[in-house]
Amino acid sequence: MNITRLFTTHRKLLLMGFLILLIAFVLTFPLYGGARTRVLITMLVYAILAMSWAMFSGTTGYMSLAPAAFFGTGIYTTYLLQNHLPLPIIIVAAGLISFVLAVLLGLVTLRLKGIYFTIFTFGLVVFIPNVVTYVEGEVTQHHGWYFNVLDRTIILYTMLGLAVVTVLAIYLIRRSRLGLAMQSIGGNEEAAEHMGIDTTRTKVLTFAISAIFMGAAGAVLAPSLSYSNPTIAYSAFYSFVPIVAAVFGGMGSLQGPIVGGLLFGFLEKTLKVEWNTYFMLGFGIIIVLVILFLPTGMVGLVPILRDKLGGAISKWRKGREGEQHANT
Amino acid sequence: MLQVSRLNVFYGKSQALRDVSLKVNEKEIVALVGVNGAGKTTLLNTISGLLRPASGSVEFLGKRIDRLAPHKIMNLGICQIPEGRKLFSDMTVGDNLEMGAYSSAAWKRRKETLERVYKVFPVLKERRNQSAKKLSGGERQMVAIGRGLMSNPGLCMFDEPSYGLAPKLFLEVLEVVKQLREQGITILLVEQNVRNTLQIADRAYVLENGHIVLEGKGKDLLQNERVKTAYLGM
Amino acid sequence: MAEAERLLGLITIGILAGGVYGLLAVGLSLQIGVCRVLNITHGEFLMLGGILTFTFSQLGINPLLAPVIVGPILFGLGFLLQATLFRGVKARVPSPSAFEGNALLAAFGVMYVIQYLARIRFGTQSLPSQYLTQPVPYVGINLAVNLIVGFAIAAALGIAVYLFLTRSRVGKAIRATAEDPPTAELMGVNTNTILAVCFGLGGLLAAVAGTLVSMRTPVSTAMGFNNTVIALIVVTLGGLGSVPGSFIAGIIIGIVSMLVAGLWESVLIVPVYYAMLMVLLLVRPTGILGKK
Repeated sequence: MNITRLFTTHRKLLLMGFLILLIAFVLTFPLYGGARTRVLITMLVYAILAMSWAMFSGTTGYMSLAPAAFFGTGIYTTYLLQNHLPLPIIIVAAGLISFVLAVLLGLVTLRLKGIYFTIFTFGLVVFIPNVVTYVEGEVTQHHGWYFNVLDRTIILYTMLGLAVVTVLAIYLIRRSRLGLAMQSIGGNEEAAEHMGIDTTRTKVLTFAISAIFMGAAGAVLAPSLSYSNPTIAYSAFYSFVPIVAAVFGGMGSLQGPIVGGLLFGFLEKTLKVEWNTYFMLGFGIIIVLVILFLPTGMVGLVPILRDKLGGAISKWRKGREGEQHANT
Repeated sequence: MLQVSRLNVFYGKSQALRDVSLKVNEKEIVALVGVNGAGKTTLLNTISGLLRPASGSVEFLGKRIDRLAPHKIMNLGICQIPEGRKLFSDMTVGDNLEMGAYSSAAWKRRKETLERVYKVFPVLKERRNQSAKKLSGGERQMVAIGRGLMSNPGLCMFDEPSYGLAPKLFLEVLEVVKQLREQGITILLVEQNVRNTLQIADRAYVLENGHIVLEGKGKDLLQNERVKTAYLGM
Repeated sequence: MAEAERLLGLITIGILAGGVYGLLAVGLSLQIGVCRVLNITHGEFLMLGGILTFTFSQLGINPLLAPVIVGPILFGLGFLLQATLFRGVKARVPSPSAFEGNALLAAFGVMYVIQYLARIRFGTQSLPSQYLTQPVPYVGINLAVNLIVGFAIAAALGIAVYLFLTRSRVGKAIRATAEDPPTAELMGVNTNTILAVCFGLGGLLAAVAGTLVSMRTPVSTAMGFNNTVIALIVVTLGGLGSVPGSFIAGIIIGIVSMLVAGLWESVLIVPVYYAMLMVLLLVRPTGILGKK
């Protein structure tokens, strides 16, 4: 029995088996997860952020540095509403607030050249926490945010649900007319305009949709934090990691950012705590190496590997056949 | 002086030049004519080093230049005069001309070269402090030619000097070309305007779909049946 | 009357401090406008300039002489970054339009590398680097000597860069390369070298800005990021590729920051910059003196 044939003929069966294993793992996780629940939550957060970032920036080519702004806004929303509304409604609210924020920003900056858009989204990450700090200091006189802590297992499953919703939504959008319009903007914006695509509307809409998931992820994560403040919640790190994760995985695809996000989330939670400085140093070096040597990401590597591997396998097979001929 | 042998050039997977060979002797005016998209500019850009050939060679004064960087080729005495729109529009006319003398040998003599260029195109002297984007089509072409001359070239390659010019102005440009040859500069002239170009060319090549399909003396080609039907509308 | 004097004082300090922002922004403007790299490491170069100035002063080298050493070091670092990293990124991008994005991400990587290497070497504490703090009385307030000297040095360097770009051979080649790289190549310009020189020059200007900042406030390895943000805002406000525009915008930002901090709340400085930028870009998408 040869392995490549097993994959091609029983692909669906294998996939099903894999899915069942995955679901079983997820359902039984709390039994032995313990402290690892936290790691898994962070992995999911980065997967969601990376996916939503790649959905807009990966296809249209407009570099957004804003994930932290929407993510932080999600955390802040939970803090503001936690004593007034149940969590599911807070999550929806956080998504909506991020959506509105992104529409406003998009309307102003997405008419401009790409580089100004990038600068503006970058500014947003610095702008919002400063305003929030001011408002907190002047109006509410609160310093720092405390959360009504929820059981981590509940947060894990909620985050998982959000991740599944995000995957489905992005999958559907990619196949829709909107997805097609986005792709043509990424290819050649002027040509897209000549084809009758309302490019500004497409850009603003997709940018805002991607912000929904980022905001919602922040809202879900918040109750696991116990304490936060504007500087922590809006840390630019939440912008950079998902972007790098998406590029690392391959931002043109759906699965690339998921793989990248899970990986970087895992690395951060396991290495960063103990090795903060060296972790960040290594993180920087990894970014540089990825951009230099893997500009299309891990996903771009797959066809190359497949070709090489396929070539090697068929060569090996031919060699064996040759031997057999010689033997007979 | 310039010897191009069996040149093949690709853009990605599509082939732009196929086995192109041509020769330019010292103090000749050689024309390369053909329609838009025949590969004329591609050939000039390959000689200048902006493009790398997949195979074949380019020799200048007996030296292989097809693997050299553009600025090194320029320093050997080849200048390419791109069509008139490729001026540095953020700079003045004077600065544009000075950019032509960028290579260090030419830079030292730029003042006297500039006077010579102003003698050929007196109007540029008046306009020297004007921004290049405010010029007319004819003036732009003058700046482009003057900028090329600033490097004191041995071989001057003109890319489509008729582009955007009224027929009368183009004839004036051709007069300048003849003058330059009298001053000892060798000319490779790439054009779509076949009739006028062949009249002043010593020898000429016809390029179609990346192939050289005809070559001969300029005057002879004017009488060629294929040239007559395809390019002269007769 | 006292209120008017206070206002005048704040504005004066703002103008003097703004000169350094202008200098910082000119460097970034060159890197964005010519090399097409949104150089997020710019503030880290300023940080290195400041920290190195302090380190040298511990060895007995006068901070006013530090730029002579620090400038060339960071010129070299910038030159190398462009000549190796960004040139490599350009050669490997899947499509030319992807260059700006990939270069930005590579710059992130470099930002973390510089920042954390500096942390490993110099720690995270504030280093007392102030110099020339003697007060000069001026309409009811005191201006520190370092403020005046800093402005003078920044202005002089700004004028020098302007003359370099408009008059010198290499400066003209830089402008030609910014506009049309292939045609510049046809003029005999080695654009790879020109881009590296340009990036190096940006690094040098950031380093000198770092020295000037270090004379006024304590320096730390964490100061880079905020200065990157300020430089980006000033560049956008002033318009890409304009030296006078960068200085005008730098001075505006300087005045605004002093007024907001003096009359309102210093945490609001960045939000106010940002709001200004939003409004300006709605009215004039290319900045105050930007082209096209």
